[in-house]
Amino acid sequence: MNWSWDHFFRYLFSPFLMEGVVNTVWLAIVAMIIGVSLGVVLAFMRMSKSRVLRFVSGLYIWLWRGTPLLVQLIIIYTGLPQLGLRLGVIESAILALSLHEGAYFAEIARSGIMSVGKGQEDASRALGMTWWQRMRIVIIPQATRIIIPPLGNQFNLMLKTTSLASVISMEELLRHAQQLAQIEFRVLEVYFCAAIWYLFLTTLWGQVQIRLEAHYDRPFGPAGGGGSEKTTRQKVLDKFRGPAASQA
Amino acid sequence: MDNVAPKLNVRTPRAARTLGEPIVVVDRVSKSFHGVGVLHEVSLTVRQGEVVVLAGRSGSGKSTLLRCIDQLETIDGGTIHACGHLMGFREGRGGRRVALKDREVARQRRDLGMVFQSFNLFPHLTVLDNITVSPVKIMGADKAATKVHARELLERVGLPDKADAYPGQLSGGQQQRVAIARALAMKPKVMLFDEPTSALDPEMISEVLDVMIDLSQQGMTMIVVTHEMGFARAAADRTLLMHDGRIVEDAPPEEFFTSPKSEHTKLFLSKILQH
Repeated sequence: MNWSWDHFFRYLFSPFLMEGVVNTVWLAIVAMIIGVSLGVVLAFMRMSKSRVLRFVSGLYIWLWRGTPLLVQLIIIYTGLPQLGLRLGVIESAILALSLHEGAYFAEIARSGIMSVGKGQEDASRALGMTWWQRMRIVIIPQATRIIIPPLGNQFNLMLKTTSLASVISMEELLRHAQQLAQIEFRVLEVYFCAAIWYLFLTTLWGQVQIRLEAHYDRPFGPAGGGGSEKTTRQKVLDKFRGPAASQA
Repeated sequence: MDNVAPKLNVRTPRAARTLGEPIVVVDRVSKSFHGVGVLHEVSLTVRQGEVVVLAGRSGSGKSTLLRCIDQLETIDGGTIHACGHLMGFREGRGGRRVALKDREVARQRRDLGMVFQSFNLFPHLTVLDNITVSPVKIMGADKAATKVHARELLERVGLPDKADAYPGQLSGGQQQRVAIARALAMKPKVMLFDEPTSALDPEMISEVLDVMIDLSQQGMTMIVVTHEMGFARAAADRTLLMHDGRIVEDAPPEEFFTSPKSEHTKLFLSKILQH
């Protein structure tokens, strides 16, 4: 057997790999922030009255969701210089990841906004709110709770998807693992370490996500609520005391 | 099933009142959805202080007419004047009508209050915030004064202790009364009610109707789409019947119920009375 625990633990906490972890995290965060902002803009364009805006947004989403991120990355980094647009590694990685995320988040944001019922739209219009007031005061606060769970999933994906940027020599976790493996010839140990770091990041995020979702999953207002509780009362009585008890 | 009809607290019988100037004038308004005509050249004039009940079976166009008045639906033909506005349009060059922008229509709507069948309170805001959010954030009204006014309105609809509750904690009847208070907070000149009691349990209907009767007695101009004929008898100046997108009966309540002219009204009343 050629597996070396000694090497494994040395790589796991090596500053070189840690540097890759740090770069992966900030790359994911920056790409996510830009991507989500872009997605929100695209979602509003998609729901706009203007045909042109709807078309542009639809075209964008179609193109970016229909082609592999890897191809987009390579085109941006190695293809665009041919047109005179030369972007650095970091700029290319951020650009490709956030443009890609924008296309996916556009659909998430749109369905979140659409899920806030027409009644809310009617009521806020009837009160004399302009479009932006309706969005700001009524629609967006309610859409946020719908959007939070898929947003969490997108960030989980993003943490792992950043590894693709290694092909354009972005100095993130996978790239550092590759370099370490080439020097050390301990392929399995090194890549295991990389995998464990990814797992650590996604697990950590998973914990944050659970708390976020729990926070946004509460009913509005303090616990309790809901009509005169006659349905609840009936359920409780039927389940725990039998229907006869409801006569009491 | 005896005695399900709500008992209404009619404090004073509705005497013949002096009505003001026309405040809502609907002139030959047409509207269709996907090629299906819903309103056919409907005309209706409502004077200041008047209470008009719109009845009719579902699909007769009564809710659509109400929504058109508040520009929640765009009209295909005709004009609607409400509270001094040509709703949804302005006079352009050579008498041509030009559609208004969202922002301008929003400003026109502030003179009209609307109450919906499904309440449509904002679930993420407390009762007090539901009422104050529009005057404060839209009209820039003073926050403290608006809160005081909101509490007065809550008192008026009989919910003085619910200011800090969330809509999800209230019964349907309570939610609808908050919705009325929310609409009143904008100090509207006309109140539109779109089947305000249709989604309510029978025992909650009268608490909402009582608030509406109270409002009518204080001189509010009201257009009410409802199946509650008890309300029409108690509070309406005129009761209208809509059938297939047309107004087929327009009469004071006593005449509407005892000697209707239209066959549709007779049929409608016979069905109502079978319940």
